[in-house]
Amino acid sequence: MTAMVKAEGVHKRFGRLDVLKGIDLEVQPGEVLVMLGPSGSGKSTFLRCINHLEEINAGRLSVDGELVGYRESGGKLHELHERDVARKRAEIGMLFQHFHLFPHMTALENVALAPIHVAKVPREQARQRARELLGRVGLEDKLDTYPVALSGGQQQRVAIARALAMQPKLMLFDEPTSALDPELVGDVLDAMRQLARDGMTMIVVTHEMGFAREVADQAVFMDAGVVVESGPPDQVLSNPREERTKTFLSKVL
Amino acid sequence: MDASELTDDRTGRPEDIKAVPVRRPGRWIAAAIVLVFAAAAINSIVTSKGFQWHVVGQYLFDSRILHGVIATIYLTALCQAIGIVLGVVAAVMRLSPNPIVSGASWSYVWFFRGTPLLVQILFWYNIGLLFPEISLGIPFIGPTVVHAQANSLVTPLVAALLGLGLNEGAYMAEIVRAGIISVDEGQTQAAQSLGMSRLQIMRLIVLPQAMRVIIPPTGNETISMLKNTSLLSIAAYTELTFAAQSIYNANYKVIPLLIDASIWYLVMTSVLYVGQYFIERRYGRGFSRVSIEQRWFGLGNRGAA
Repeated sequence: MTAMVKAEGVHKRFGRLDVLKGIDLEVQPGEVLVMLGPSGSGKSTFLRCINHLEEINAGRLSVDGELVGYRESGGKLHELHERDVARKRAEIGMLFQHFHLFPHMTALENVALAPIHVAKVPREQARQRARELLGRVGLEDKLDTYPVALSGGQQQRVAIARALAMQPKLMLFDEPTSALDPELVGDVLDAMRQLARDGMTMIVVTHEMGFAREVADQAVFMDAGVVVESGPPDQVLSNPREERTKTFLSKVL
Repeated sequence: MDASELTDDRTGRPEDIKAVPVRRPGRWIAAAIVLVFAAAAINSIVTSKGFQWHVVGQYLFDSRILHGVIATIYLTALCQAIGIVLGVVAAVMRLSPNPIVSGASWSYVWFFRGTPLLVQILFWYNIGLLFPEISLGIPFIGPTVVHAQANSLVTPLVAALLGLGLNEGAYMAEIVRAGIISVDEGQTQAAQSLGMSRLQIMRLIVLPQAMRVIIPPTGNETISMLKNTSLLSIAAYTELTFAAQSIYNANYKVIPLLIDASIWYLVMTSVLYVGQYFIERRYGRGFSRVSIEQRWFGLGNRGAA
């Protein structure tokens, strides 16, 4: 079986700052990987490398067996054309801490936009599907509402529907609940649980330990640009081997 | 729930507070001073012989003046349209990752913002002195598409369009660039993550949001443009100011004709205000729970403080 995401010695630098210092990991199709670690440890940067919002400086990173951002032929790497990078990004859904809904469009327009303009689905069909997706995240009564009038939790659920509209084979979550009021976190986590049950491959950067224990197949603890510890969530979260992991968990829990 | 003695019977909500307002004598004094000055100004305008109001009325709808008004509207629309198109192109070029493309845009803005508009108009009007013949085609290699005497090609109208349009494009470029930069980078990232191309992101995501920032200064620019068309009177282009001048050059009624021109400029800018209000309302959707009516007319803010 081809791994959905495979990272081998991934390095990323911003100027002189080494943000990722050799990340190795694998995510199989249908798996949920949870990434933990203090801020600045490189989790978000790693997510952004996966859909080529950032370019990696060294190593190999592939999604569903194809290199991210490059094509390998004759033992050489060739940069991909912007068009091909965009085509591959369309297969990967991404959720952001601050949602980034398009504020000048209604919830329905947000969800139907990419199917119409990127996947070239007929407009009416795209809108019908958008209605269904918004229904699935419990927002059937907010179709024509602009994001400014939605709560954070509702906005993040619209963002989930927007990502799902492109029928991604992999979804990346960059601290999807960190900007939410505590009582709104549950609805978003429920929508994510449902996704995991439906077999979506997911990489989730989060501080929600309960969610990690319950949903994740694999947990990774990162610090200062390296993977400190990885394994089943029960082991990493409850019986960490590394001192660094223990210290972090004792502060978070 | 126990504030029952204050409860309005129909809605169950408590009644609004009724309090005796604070006395503000300062406001009454300030208003009185302003009114005295206003009355003095109006009195002098109405009674002074120099204004010659009957002459003003006589020429207000003179056919030469009306033709000038139409020419001014036509020039403003055309030059502002050229300016907006050039401005968007120059702003997008300026933000290009290609340093040559971005440098070309920077140079254009630098040159046209750095020289006086009047000089630019005179320059285009006298372009025949620099290039007696003009050929347009692909440089060095291609066939010539247009070949003509400069004086027949660059008529006063063409000089006007070049002068005002190119100058406006430079200012609009900065306005559009500011608008584009004002859009949160997260918007671009979200659009990228959905697989949208650079052009789609610009057209569907960034520019519509940038419009909110772009429109108010563009309204300003359009009003400036309307009045800057009067500079074309020195290039003998028959717009409103030139029309007024050519009449008073014959009958020496300088002040009444300048008043006529001013009245028409005021009428035209007022119409532009209305247009700007509707465009702002269109692009303000989804940005604020406060409606544009409140922002323009300050409803709901008055009386606080």
